[in-house]
Amino acid sequence: MDRPVMNPVDYADVQGLLRFGYKHMTQATYALVRVKNPAAARDWLRTAPVSNAMLMTPPPTTALQVAFTAPGLRALGVAEPVIAGFSHAFRGGMTQENRARELGDVGINAPEHWEWGGPANEVHLVIMFFAQPDAFDAFVQVSTGAVWKEAFSEARWLKTENLDGVEPFGFADGISQPQLDWEQQQAAHVEYDYSNLAALGEFLLGYRNEYGKITDRPVLDPGTASADLLPALDAPEKKDLGRNGTYLVMRQLEQDVRLFWQFVYQQRGGNATEAQQLAAAMVGRTRAGDLLVPIQQQPIPGTGTDPEQISQNQFTFDHDPTGARCPFGAHVRRANPRNADFPERPASLLKKLITLLGFGPQGFRDDLMSSVRFHRILRRGREYGSELKPEDALAPAPPDDPRRGLHFICLNANLARQFEFIQNAWIASTKFSGLSGESDPLLGNRQAIPGCPVTSAFTVPHDGALRQRVTGLPQFVTVRGGAYFFLPSLRALHYIVGTDDA
Amino acid sequence: MTPQSSFMILAAIVPAREAVLRQSLAAMNDAPGRVNPNNALLPFAQFNTLHVARLLILDDQTSADIRIHGETAPAYPLYFALLGDIDGDEDSFLNALVRHAANGLRTLFSCCEGFTPATDLLAWMKQQSSSAIANYVNCRGRTVVQVREEAALHDALESHLAAHAPALQGLAPRALHAQLAQFVQAERAAGQLKLSEESATPFKWWIANTLHLLGMPVLLVLASPLLIVIAPFYLARLRYLEKTDPELCPSVDQAYSDALALGEDHDVTNQFSAMGSLKPGLVRRLTTIGVLLTVNYAARHLVRPGRLGRIRSIHFARWVFIGGTQRMAFFSNYDGSVESYMDDFINKTGFGLNASFSNGVGYPRTNWLVLDGCADECKYKEFLRRHTLPTQVWYKAYPGLTAIDLERNTRIRRGLESASMSEEAVREWIALL
Repeated sequence: MDRPVMNPVDYADVQGLLRFGYKHMTQATYALVRVKNPAAARDWLRTAPVSNAMLMTPPPTTALQVAFTAPGLRALGVAEPVIAGFSHAFRGGMTQENRARELGDVGINAPEHWEWGGPANEVHLVIMFFAQPDAFDAFVQVSTGAVWKEAFSEARWLKTENLDGVEPFGFADGISQPQLDWEQQQAAHVEYDYSNLAALGEFLLGYRNEYGKITDRPVLDPGTASADLLPALDAPEKKDLGRNGTYLVMRQLEQDVRLFWQFVYQQRGGNATEAQQLAAAMVGRTRAGDLLVPIQQQPIPGTGTDPEQISQNQFTFDHDPTGARCPFGAHVRRANPRNADFPERPASLLKKLITLLGFGPQGFRDDLMSSVRFHRILRRGREYGSELKPEDALAPAPPDDPRRGLHFICLNANLARQFEFIQNAWIASTKFSGLSGESDPLLGNRQAIPGCPVTSAFTVPHDGALRQRVTGLPQFVTVRGGAYFFLPSLRALHYIVGTDDA
Repeated sequence: MTPQSSFMILAAIVPAREAVLRQSLAAMNDAPGRVNPNNALLPFAQFNTLHVARLLILDDQTSADIRIHGETAPAYPLYFALLGDIDGDEDSFLNALVRHAANGLRTLFSCCEGFTPATDLLAWMKQQSSSAIANYVNCRGRTVVQVREEAALHDALESHLAAHAPALQGLAPRALHAQLAQFVQAERAAGQLKLSEESATPFKWWIANTLHLLGMPVLLVLASPLLIVIAPFYLARLRYLEKTDPELCPSVDQAYSDALALGEDHDVTNQFSAMGSLKPGLVRRLTTIGVLLTVNYAARHLVRPGRLGRIRSIHFARWVFIGGTQRMAFFSNYDGSVESYMDDFINKTGFGLNASFSNGVGYPRTNWLVLDGCADECKYKEFLRRHTLPTQVWYKAYPGLTAIDLERNTRIRRGLESASMSEEAVREWIALL
C-alpha cells in the first residue's frame, strides 16, 4: 500500500483554502472587485500577504486568498493564448446562456437579475479576508490602503456571519467533505465500495485525478516570465500554470428561511414534530446533522477515526434501496449519492462482465446514477445575514427583515465534471434517480420545463405503502450572484502579476 | 409487436443553395434548439409513428485531420440529412411523409444535387436512403402511441392519487393495487383512458429478424477457419497501429462549442450528432465494420430492453457510413446534458466506446481495442466535442419524458394488467407510483 510519494505537494505554494476552512477565523468578508488600474492592481497583488497551506503554530489570526475570473486575468494583461489553456467552463463563465439553463439559473435566478457577476456587473477578482474578530478590522484596513483604492473599483463587499456551523435554515452544515489524498498513496483503480478519499487531482490542478490522468490546464513554454513555475508532471519540459491551483465556484444563494419553515409547518398542520420530520426528510439529515439511515460497521476510506465523523459519515444508501428512510430526492442524497463504480459489488469477474454488458440487476432504480467519485466538490462557503431560529421564522417578516443565505463556495479541478455536473444532473434535475416532477427540495427553482409543467413536488417514499407526495414547494433559494474563479498557486499568482501591459 | 425502424435521406447540397437551406431549417424552429412541431415545412406532430427526427447539414470540421496519417482529404460534398426513428417500416413512413409534407420536402430537397421540380419525390427519397450499419432502439415494440397512452395513464393515476391520498395511504399494497386497477378499468370503460393492445408482429419482419438472429452466428462459424488463420496477423497489425497511430485531440474552439451548446438542454433529452474519418488501411476499416455489426447484432437480439450495456439514457442511436466507408457519422438521442452523457459512456461503457470509435482519426490511444482510450477523459471529451455537428432541427414526440420515465410508465401499465403478482412484485409496483 505504501508507495513513495512521487510528487510531494509544496504546501507553501498552495493557497490555504484548499487545506483549511479557516474556521477559527470566525470573521470573513469577500471583496468582489474590478481592475481599475492594472499596474496598481499588480502592485497590490505583489505585496498582498496571500496565505499558503502550511501548518503553523500558533495558527495565524488572519488569512487572505485571491482568485481571478477569466475577464480578470485578461484585465491584468494575461495573454490570450495562456487564457485559452483554461477550461471551457471557466472561460465561458457561469452566465453563458446554455450554462445558466443547465445550472437552473433561469426565472428569477437568471444572471440578468444578479447583484454581482451578471452581464451588467461582471467581476474580475475575489479577495477573501479571514480573521479572528479582534484582528479583522485592522487587517482589512491595512490591506485596502491607497494602492488598493487606485487598483480596484469595488463592485461589492460580501459580508459573512458566523452561525457556528449551522446554515440559515437551521441545519448543521459542512459535515461531509471529501478527504484529499494529499500523499497520493492511492493509484488509479476501480472502486467497488463508496470511498470518501479523493484523488488529489480532483481538487488540485497538476496532479492525477480519479481517472489517473492530469486534468487540462494551461501549460506554458519555458521562458523568463514562467521561470518560477513548476514543471508539468505529464510534460516535464513545460511549465504548469495550473499546478497547485484550482477553480473556485462562488454563488450567492439567498435563503427564504421564513418561507421554508412556514411551508413545512403548514404542510404538517402546525405539528412541530412532524414539521421537523418533513424538513429533515427534505434535507436528508436532522437539524443536528444526524443521519436518517443507520451507520455501517465497515469503515469508509477517508472518513477517519473521529467518533463524531463516524457517526455522521460512515454510511451509504445501499441499505435504503426504497428511499423509505432517506427519500431519493433529499438534498444530501442528491448532492452525494454515496455510490461506487458498480451498482453492487460484483462477486466474480464473470459477474462483473455480466453487469458491464447490461445483464446485471434489472430493477427500475438499479444503476441509474453516475459513480460519485468523479463528482465531488470541496465546500468552503459561509453564511450571511443574522440567525433566525425555525421557531421565530413562523412569525411574519418585519419590514426591515435582513436578507439571509449562503455564500456558496466550492473548489474543484474540473468545473464541468464536478460542480456543474452535481448542480445539473443531481440537484437541479427533475429526473434524478427515477423521480419526475421534482428537483432539489431546498435549491430547486420550480420552473416548468417543456413537457413537465410541474417540478415543485417532493416525494417521501414509504415501504409497502403509497408514497407521500408533498406538492407546491415554493422556491426557497434564489441565486443573487455568481462566478467561476481560478484560485492560483502562489507561483502562478507571481506569474500573473508579473505580466506586463504590453 | 410493432417493430421500430429508422430512415435517413442523405443528399449532397448544391453549394449555391446552402444558405437558402440553412434559412429554411432555421425557420422550422421557434428558437435555436426549440423546434416548432407544427412548422410549415415538416409538421412532425402530424405523424403519430415518428419518435424522433432531425435535419442537419453534415458540416464536418475535421475532414482534413487525415493529414496526420500523411494523406490528403478528398474534396467531400457537403451533405444534408433528414433522419428519424419510427414505428413500422420505412416505406410506409416515407409514403406518409410525402402525402403530408410534399411541398415542404420539395422546398428542402430543392437545395440538393439532382433534385428538380419535376423529380418524383418519393422515388428520389428512396434512392437517397442511407441505411445504418448499426442501430439501437431503447425498447423494441414501444410505439409513440403507447408512449403517449402510458404517459396519460401515469398522469391519471397521479391525479387520482393526489385527490384520494388520505384514503389510499393506509391501504395494504395488494388492496391499493386492486383499487387502482379498478380505477383504471373504470376510466377505460368511460373512454377517459386508452391502452391499446399490442399489434401483431408483421410476419415479414419476424422472418427477417429470425434469419438475422441465426444467420450471423452461422456465417461466423463458416468463416471461423479463415478467421482463426488471420487472427494472429490481424492482432499483430492492430497492436502495431494502436501503438503508432497519432492522436489528435486539441481543445475544441470555444465559439464552436458555444454554438453547439445553444441548441442543447432545452428538453430533458438531447440530440447528439458526430462525424469523423476512419483511419486509413484495411485493418481499421474491417475492425470498424466487425465491431459495428457486433453492436448491431447485440442491440437487436441480446440487450435487455432499456439498456445499452449499462446505459439507460439512450432512446435511439445509430452508426452510418457517409458516402463510401471513409467517413462515419453517429447519431443518438440521450437524456441529460452532454457532460453527463460523456461521463456515463466513459465510466459505464468505455470498452464499447473505444471499440466503435477508436478507428476514427485522432482518437485517444487505446490498448487491445477496448482499454484506455476514452479513459483519457479530457482528451476524449475534446475529441468528441470537436467531432460533434450542430443539428439544425431536432424533434422528439414526447418532450419532458426520459427513457426512464417511459420505462416506469410501461412497468406501471404491466403491473395493472398482470393477473397474478407476488407480494414483492406488488410492493415494487407500488414504489413506481
